[in-house]
Amino acid sequence: MPFIVIPGPYSNPQFWIIENPKMTESILSEKTVCYHCGEACLTTRYTIAEKQFCCQGCKAVYTILADNNLCTYYNFNDHPGANRNRLDKRFQYLDEPGIMKELVDYTDEQLTIVTLYIPHIHCSSCIWLLEKLNKFNPAIYYSRIDFLKKQLNVKFNPAAISLRELVELLYDIGYEPLISLQDVIKKQNAEPKDNLVQRIAVAGFCFGNVMLLSFPEYLGLSAFEQSFKHFFGWLNILFCMPAVFYSGWEYFSSAYSNLKNRVLNIDFPLALGIAVLFLRTVTEVIAHTGAGFADTLCGLVFFLLVGKFVQRKTYHHISFERDYRSFFPVAVQVITDEGEKPVPLAELKVGQRIILRHNEIIPADAILLKGEALINFSFVTGESVPVSKTLGEIIYAGGRQTSEAIELEVVKPVSQSYLTQLWNNEVFARGGNNRMETFNQRVSKYFTIVLLVIAIASLLVWLPNWQRGLAAFTAVLIVACPCALALSTPFTMSAALSIFDKNLFYLKNTAVVEQLAGINTIVFDKTGTITAPADSHVGLNGYLTDHQKQLIYSVCSNSNHPLSRMICHYLGNLEKLPVVNYREVAGMGITASVGSHEVKIGGGRLLFHKHNDEADATKVLLMVDGVYLGYFTFRQHYRNGLKRIAQLGTDYKLFLLSGDSNHEKDELLSVFKLPERMNFNQSPQDKLDFIRLLQQMNARVMMVGDGLNDAGALKQSDLGIAVTDNVNNFSPGCDAILDGRAFDKLPQFLRFAKNTVSIIHVSFLISLTYNLIGLSYAITGLLSPLTAAVLMPLSTATIISFTSIATHIAAKKRNLL
Amino acid sequence: MSIIYFLIGCSVLLALAFLSAFFWAQRSGQNDDLYTPSVRILLDDEQDPAEDK
Repeated sequence: MPFIVIPGPYSNPQFWIIENPKMTESILSEKTVCYHCGEACLTTRYTIAEKQFCCQGCKAVYTILADNNLCTYYNFNDHPGANRNRLDKRFQYLDEPGIMKELVDYTDEQLTIVTLYIPHIHCSSCIWLLEKLNKFNPAIYYSRIDFLKKQLNVKFNPAAISLRELVELLYDIGYEPLISLQDVIKKQNAEPKDNLVQRIAVAGFCFGNVMLLSFPEYLGLSAFEQSFKHFFGWLNILFCMPAVFYSGWEYFSSAYSNLKNRVLNIDFPLALGIAVLFLRTVTEVIAHTGAGFADTLCGLVFFLLVGKFVQRKTYHHISFERDYRSFFPVAVQVITDEGEKPVPLAELKVGQRIILRHNEIIPADAILLKGEALINFSFVTGESVPVSKTLGEIIYAGGRQTSEAIELEVVKPVSQSYLTQLWNNEVFARGGNNRMETFNQRVSKYFTIVLLVIAIASLLVWLPNWQRGLAAFTAVLIVACPCALALSTPFTMSAALSIFDKNLFYLKNTAVVEQLAGINTIVFDKTGTITAPADSHVGLNGYLTDHQKQLIYSVCSNSNHPLSRMICHYLGNLEKLPVVNYREVAGMGITASVGSHEVKIGGGRLLFHKHNDEADATKVLLMVDGVYLGYFTFRQHYRNGLKRIAQLGTDYKLFLLSGDSNHEKDELLSVFKLPERMNFNQSPQDKLDFIRLLQQMNARVMMVGDGLNDAGALKQSDLGIAVTDNVNNFSPGCDAILDGRAFDKLPQFLRFAKNTVSIIHVSFLISLTYNLIGLSYAITGLLSPLTAAVLMPLSTATIISFTSIATHIAAKKRNLL
Repeated sequence: MSIIYFLIGCSVLLALAFLSAFFWAQRSGQNDDLYTPSVRILLDDEQDPAEDK
């Protein structure tokens, strides 16, 4: 019975790792899960005190915790740990002073402070354990978790424990920090602090007090209470000062800088409104002509800032700005005359020899010199089945070595490699926005012009009576101040954002919703985007009896090869028979004897001594007792909902950009309709250029991709969506991140985004109605402060409630709630 | 009615005190992490090691 791998695009000889564990441990018949991480235990080999562990790593973590009396960890949650098959730790580079300096927040002789990003933080046990680091080593003074950001802040004594030892300790207890120089943490902590919350607090404080002081005026003051009126007036001015000059100042500066750049945006009428309100209040109070508009002014500033606050949504655990540097290693081991030495990536030079161990990422294009390379390119292409490389072959940067240590010679600097040179493209240099203009921006231009025209016209109409004219002019600017307009977008968008969020679709900011509604062309990547990366689909061609299945299962369960694992998984949990004469040949397959049967599993060379290379998909042939029984195929399987995506074809132009060869062309034709809409064998640069070409033909393009090879296309497109199966994992820079599980909801998302934009349009009309009502008072020049004070909050309340209710209804209609 | 001047003065001072308390809380980072403390408070301190499972 045989076993064959016929090389398809990803299968490759040398795929098979030689391993022959002794079959001493018993195979568990009933399902047991690891006490530490909750994964299924396949053997009883790792057991302590009746507690089962799935691997050596999990057992080791338990031992350490037990030694330190910290097993309470397991009381808070079942199986809180991270699964850990790997036992290698490589943090020598953290001893390099240059690298250390980049990572720590602060350091002197007695104290070092460092913030580490630990992706595994997920439950209360994590908090409990990581805040007890001091128990492991007294040199750690302080450790605090920020749960949502998944960050650990540690203060320790560098004389007693080095950064490397700290990180190794974290690794030992199962919490490996993700360390990269272009770090998520640094980004988040470097966010500009504009004190928005403080400014809201001040505005709210002023608003409340001014309301209190304005009330007597509205209720009417008797003649002998007139002295209070002036006192209240002066106090109001006093309270307006911080609201205007502290809280509202950004509107003036923003309006000024926009005017300088010859842009009319909504900040200009807002700033104008604030200024006019303030000046008129001051003049009225000083001249004893009225009570002024202090309450309207403070309320306006307060509501505007609240709108800003609502709009600002942050996902602490997601980063939209990652590029290759954030997942490439910080340093790489270089072989020098004095032995191995960690060298920071930036200093890596052409011609240097580097050594890469299991699970390390290849940082630059290099030639394989020594060892067996089995490279997983899932970060780059989304393809998760590893590819093996032969000696002398060039391996492109970005792959992850999945077998033993290999030696490579660097042939290109890090930034000039096949993949990374993508970031030298001008698309990445062009910071900021090439994106579509939002509705708000478009409208506010005309709005401002019309507003100014009406204001000046009302001044001119009254002109001989300049006092009344001026009153009308200022009143127009006050009532028409686009407060409700400025609030409609943030409130609608933030409601929409939280609905997307609930459906596992994470948008970078609120403007993305409008972009989503505006696109007319969708481009998909194939591998990892429309196919699910994790599980390839295993198919069996041929017929196997239950006994034969059991034979094959028994043999395959001895192998660590990814394909053997998939076969075992496919066959299910069968009873395992004792296997003898087990032999696994790299790149060929397995031969073994089970009882009286001889089993061969592998490629054509092993079974038939010839290499037949007809297949597109990876095949594993089976032979039992010299009889050929058929073969297993491994195809990638498409994500659920691909059919629904195909229905998008009626409203959008759909394109496919794949880095692979075209062997799945026929299957995908049903989705993309026309063969010329599918492009195969595309390099990262080709993808970028294709998007640009579409844009030159006036398409507004949404790119849906997943790997680093799509990064250029994602950036170039009008809207880049990265699909990922674990949002904490790597995803390239983009505008939105879509969880793979929600992939089938994409059509609903698009329709909901369109609804959201309609809601903004309607709320714009509502706010315009309020403005018109106000204007009818204003142009007569007889606007009473009370009218203004009622109109402004009323319109704001209407807009806020309308947008949130309408968004809710739209989401219900699209089945997103 | 002059008492109103005094009362308003008091109320403004009180409001200012609350405002400055909020500023202090914000500056000293008390509002930076609004989630973790809610979990942390539920974790019991020390247990007898014998009780550990």
